[in-house]
Amino acid sequence: MAQEYRVLLEYADKINPEKASDYIKVGGYKGLEKARSMNPKDLIEEVKKSGLRGRGGAGFNAGMKWSFVPQYPETKYVVCNLDEGEPGTYKDRIICQKNAQALLEGMAICGYAIGSKQGYIYCRGEYPFVVELLKNAIGNAKESGALGEFDIEVRMGAGAYVCGEETALIESIEGHRGEPRFKPPFPGVEGLWRMPTVVNNVETFACLPYILTNGAEWFAGIGAKSYPGTKVLTLTGDIENATYFEVPTDYLLRDVIYELGGGVKGGKKLKAVQVGGTSGAFIPPQNLDTPIDFDSMSAIGAALGSGAVFVMDETRDIVDIVNRIAKFFEHESCGQCTPCREGTFRCKEIMEKINNGRGSLQDIENLKLLARVMMKASLCGLGQAAPIPITSTLTHFEYEYLRKLV
Amino acid sequence: MANYMDIIASCKDKPGGIIEAYHAIQKEYNYIPQEALKEAARAFKVSEAQAFGVATFYSYLSVEKRGKYIIRMCESAPCHVAGADEVLKTLEAHLGIKVGETTSDGKFTLELTECVGQCQATPVVTINSEPIFGVKPEMVPEILAKFK
Repeated sequence: MAQEYRVLLEYADKINPEKASDYIKVGGYKGLEKARSMNPKDLIEEVKKSGLRGRGGAGFNAGMKWSFVPQYPETKYVVCNLDEGEPGTYKDRIICQKNAQALLEGMAICGYAIGSKQGYIYCRGEYPFVVELLKNAIGNAKESGALGEFDIEVRMGAGAYVCGEETALIESIEGHRGEPRFKPPFPGVEGLWRMPTVVNNVETFACLPYILTNGAEWFAGIGAKSYPGTKVLTLTGDIENATYFEVPTDYLLRDVIYELGGGVKGGKKLKAVQVGGTSGAFIPPQNLDTPIDFDSMSAIGAALGSGAVFVMDETRDIVDIVNRIAKFFEHESCGQCTPCREGTFRCKEIMEKINNGRGSLQDIENLKLLARVMMKASLCGLGQAAPIPITSTLTHFEYEYLRKLV
Repeated sequence: MANYMDIIASCKDKPGGIIEAYHAIQKEYNYIPQEALKEAARAFKVSEAQAFGVATFYSYLSVEKRGKYIIRMCESAPCHVAGADEVLKTLEAHLGIKVGETTSDGKFTLELTECVGQCQATPVVTINSEPIFGVKPEMVPEILAKFK
């Protein structure tokens, strides 16, 4: 089993993503039609039954998330998270550039399920061309009547990694600094402008039309049982085919690298692979025979996350790369809570010291303690995940640290 | 050139529109002038400190004057291992400025950025948000020559 399985990207480069009519020709907007023929409660049950779990990284059951939204408030919102900021990730950009209408249809399906007439797409500031594409796609879909009464507005972020966290994203749409809120209340109950809001990732929304069209059982039967469907992956680093692929979720990490990826660049040996973006764990070669799905990745102490696959060959200096990553988190910490603000700063400081050959065993002990505190005490996922590259490399690649000590 | 007063007025009625206004101002001015910050605070009914707080939170927004072309070198891990440091050194040497500075003729500003989501061909440099792929140090003079 070494082939791609394209659902979201089946018609990539064969249809114009801006045109609703192109999308309708290949079966588009049938899912929304079917959804609207159902009772919203049954629709949510159908999505639950499909087993669709969030594709942004947290892996929460999408139908379950929707079911938390209370029925009575008049105003509710559907928000799409297109802030993909995890280094090495560009799958949401690809989904928009190849199949934007599926995203719009998915948002409208969610809107019908929770009783919302207004959607927002929060697109990262690095993608002004995607903002234009989406605005045209929305205009075209509205004109064709495909979206019905459901409206979608695109808002552009401005270069803040933390805005990928759903409550920080909401703060940013509201025109504030992108600082995460305390949870609870969760956005499903109190989100955008304090109204019930569903926030889902681009890929999650884009799966919905296919689930409705082909049925929940069909989707539940693809890939891994506990995390069904396909996943769009982006390969970066020392890999022959540095591009994107869509695979069923029970696809092995080894096959991602050696079959689709064409192997390590220049025929070199693999030293490590980091899955899920810069906040993911470093995985050693002995763990390559793991399926990429959420739970299998968790079982080896890693995470599927955004689906970025960053390959490092045998010549790479792990400590130098982790040092770079520590600088990333120090830069991207929003500064609101102390464990993250001070923790990312100290991680960077200690990593720099070790990388420059001035570190001691005590520094490594301090890093481990600091990591424990950050993981337990940080307010949001940023601070909680920031130490993972450090702890995972200390587990699997400790010798790389030890040889740099004084 | 569109006036910042007009830009702010056009976004004023949009809930949470201050960031949209800042984007539109930057498109014209390449940064957010202080008078525009004051006007945004007034129009969106927040304190000047809050308007400033929003503008300085986001790495894409700048309250300092910048050059006509903003060069951003990605330094995230995939670009880092692909040789971003060498490209950055070449950019600095060629422009005669350090990161965060603007050339004396006001043409180029050099900044660092985190991942811009174009990792299919690393390292990546963006010039006024336009990505340039697989940049090698020897390509720098030719790339810069295109921006007059």
